[in-house]
Amino acid sequence: MFGFAIRRLFQALIVMFVVALLAFTMFRFVGDPVNQMVGVETSIAEREALRQRLGLNDPMPVQFARFVAGAVKFDFGTSYQFRQPVADLFAKRLPATLELSFMSALFALLTGIPMGVYAGLNRESWLSKIFLSVSLIGVSLPTFFIGILLIFLFSVTLQWLPSFGRGEVVDLGWWSTGLLTVSGWKAIILPAVTLGLYQMTLIMRLIRAEMLEVIRTDYIKFARARGLPDRIVNLRHALKNTLVPVITITGLQLGAIIAFATITETVFQWPGMGLMFLQAVQNVDIPIMSAYLLMTAFIFVTVNFIVDILYYVIDPRLRIGRP
Amino acid sequence: MNTIKRGLLTAVFAVGLTASAAHATTLKYAFQGTLNQLDPYSLNETFTLSALGNVYEGLTRRNENLEIEPSLAESWEVVEPTRWRFHLRHGVKFHNGNDFTAEDVAFSVMRLHGEGSDLKTRVGTDVKVEIVDDYTVDFVLPDANPILNYEWDTFYIMDKEWTEANDAVAITSASDTTANYAALHANGTGPFKVVSHEPGVKTVYEKNEAWWDESHSNLDRVEFTPIGSDATRVAALLSGELDMAYPIPVQDIKRVEQNATTSVMTGPELRTIFLGMDQMRDELLHSDVKGKNPFKDVRVRKAFYQAIDMEGIKRKIMRNLSEPAALMISPFLFSRSAEFERYPYDPEAAKALMADAGYGDGFSVGMDCPNDRYVNDEQICQAVASMLARIGVKIDLNAQPKAKYFAKVLASGGYDTSFYLLGWTPSSFDSWNIFSNIEGCRDEQGNGAPFNLGGYCNPKVDELSKQILKENDQTKRDDLIAQVYTITHEDVSHIPLHQQGLAWGVAQGIELAQRADNQFLFRFVTKN
Repeated sequence: MFGFAIRRLFQALIVMFVVALLAFTMFRFVGDPVNQMVGVETSIAEREALRQRLGLNDPMPVQFARFVAGAVKFDFGTSYQFRQPVADLFAKRLPATLELSFMSALFALLTGIPMGVYAGLNRESWLSKIFLSVSLIGVSLPTFFIGILLIFLFSVTLQWLPSFGRGEVVDLGWWSTGLLTVSGWKAIILPAVTLGLYQMTLIMRLIRAEMLEVIRTDYIKFARARGLPDRIVNLRHALKNTLVPVITITGLQLGAIIAFATITETVFQWPGMGLMFLQAVQNVDIPIMSAYLLMTAFIFVTVNFIVDILYYVIDPRLRIGRP
Repeated sequence: MNTIKRGLLTAVFAVGLTASAAHATTLKYAFQGTLNQLDPYSLNETFTLSALGNVYEGLTRRNENLEIEPSLAESWEVVEPTRWRFHLRHGVKFHNGNDFTAEDVAFSVMRLHGEGSDLKTRVGTDVKVEIVDDYTVDFVLPDANPILNYEWDTFYIMDKEWTEANDAVAITSASDTTANYAALHANGTGPFKVVSHEPGVKTVYEKNEAWWDESHSNLDRVEFTPIGSDATRVAALLSGELDMAYPIPVQDIKRVEQNATTSVMTGPELRTIFLGMDQMRDELLHSDVKGKNPFKDVRVRKAFYQAIDMEGIKRKIMRNLSEPAALMISPFLFSRSAEFERYPYDPEAAKALMADAGYGDGFSVGMDCPNDRYVNDEQICQAVASMLARIGVKIDLNAQPKAKYFAKVLASGGYDTSFYLLGWTPSSFDSWNIFSNIEGCRDEQGNGAPFNLGGYCNPKVDELSKQILKENDQTKRDDLIAQVYTITHEDVSHIPLHQQGLAWGVAQGIELAQRADNQFLFRFVTKN
């Protein structure tokens, strides 16, 4: 068990390193950061001096070594645009992204599971067909389009929900939350739905397929033969056994939600890390970009690592044949 | 448990605060870009300076018609051509209660010249500041300069004591690891103070009750949010969440106008959009013409000029929100601009000129264009390309984001362009800025006029430009300026296209002044 974990950890480190290297190589092609940092009338000599101070004239390997040396100590440098340490900026933006991600995961689970169960049990009903068609929309429409559609329906036409921002935010010192105010709750609905729609679809289809599979098995038939009420058979015996793959998928998808909230955050001007990343790309803010990519890689690697370990714990077959 | 309780208490408190703040007159507005930092010397960019112009003030300022008027200096006189004397306003206090004195002016100039400052040109580095007494300051110049204070609308005076006490004298450069206090906090003398500033998220201002001037505004509080997505920004205005939003994309203007509670304020902007051509290299970098450079021939440049249908671009691409330009400067900024006219759109004449120059069959050339910098920039380039196709010129269009575009075409990229689209606003509102940056000669490193990307060079222009800089007599000066414009027009140094339009979305009940330099200042805003 210990050896397995160590091996996995080592592999994770290699992945992180490769991601950092790839990201860093890509930045050479995003454009000139200095031009984004100064006004148009700044003289060429001053631009050159700034480039020198930022170390952009050093050879690539030197720049990369400097970055890795800092990253190991959680020092990602100073943002070109904001002139503040990147670590501080991330700490300030993290709560917004995490709240949005968890709310959208919650939304996906709370709507996806019942819909999936229903569609699995009542294959032919018209409601199931509606669920399936809706889920098709969820998979096929791009996120930004769904977001804009929701804004025009609920903000502009009905004027029920705000179209941008986080609403009134309460600062708890180490965490800023929008979940303690009415305006904060109103503000999170549209982005959370937009972000969670794809996951909801995924979960619903998964549960439906699993349900169809499970209700054909012998133990369900026996349970029915024993005269157990439908509710118990469906929810306790059938649903429980469909949940294993769902938990795996949800876990992995949570990583994806956190990492790819970028587009939703941009559409709703949600002040999270994804929005900051996109702004950084536009302004060639290399410290923010590299830190964000590294962090995304870290989230994925961590989630995968945990899932691997969990499998190892749950599934005895993995343990056989290993020293 | 304890944390939750405290959180809930804070929440109740916050709700209470919001309720009371609702009684105050609050303006909520959004802009497409972010307000990254509050240091008034670290970025020479219109939006940042305009936002800070509500908090900080200069010695002189410009009113809604861009005319210079006294601000922190009550009056000034040119004692001798190289010595300007400013009499400072008495009784002005910074937001922290400190008095404003001559010390602060001298300090601000010193800091402005420091490393990391992006506004050094506001006061030339060879200008000396002499304190005469607490409320009198002399600016000693190496040469006469009639436009010394033309850019001072955005040269803001900082408080010496506050800056020093907070260890913010050095302007943070991005290579530093510690944040600068002045990048996150502001202490000016202006009509509004910054209450909170989260970079890239939200900035809140409150009225400065102790402002020295009489305010035309009835605002108590202003909330700024950057909204990058055009669709969201427009939607937020339409839904009534915002009182003001800018810019409104030209294709959405109709939508905002049709909505009962919103309207769009339009007006010409000062920025001139133009095309430039590489006239310096002996062989174009991106062309099928080898061994020579067709743009060195004025007939080819004029043919390009006459092949472009500006009225068509105005109608189809700019939805009438642009003003075709004959000069490289907005007509608002030069008194004699009415004397100049565009060469007429005439594809036949253009073809004849091309044939004259020996390019009757046309040629191919690469064109560089930004796609996220100016209003509909990429579409303009596409239209230009298709218009030039009619005179046989095959354009190979390379439209890319500004970060990549500028890295390629500016000096840092070795002026790697043959034909490009660029926009320019003279920050001093004066023609000399254009001559010294765009029309003057330059060498390969960019010494001379650094933004003359095509390397147009006529020594007469440089000669006149030097005279203009020192000429104190307004009529003579305008005459010299007109001479330069005549030369550059005849030389077709560049092809001026148009002044793009400003489009501000405004909710019902908001009255404001739209300055042609695209500065949005709260002191001109009232809300009913």
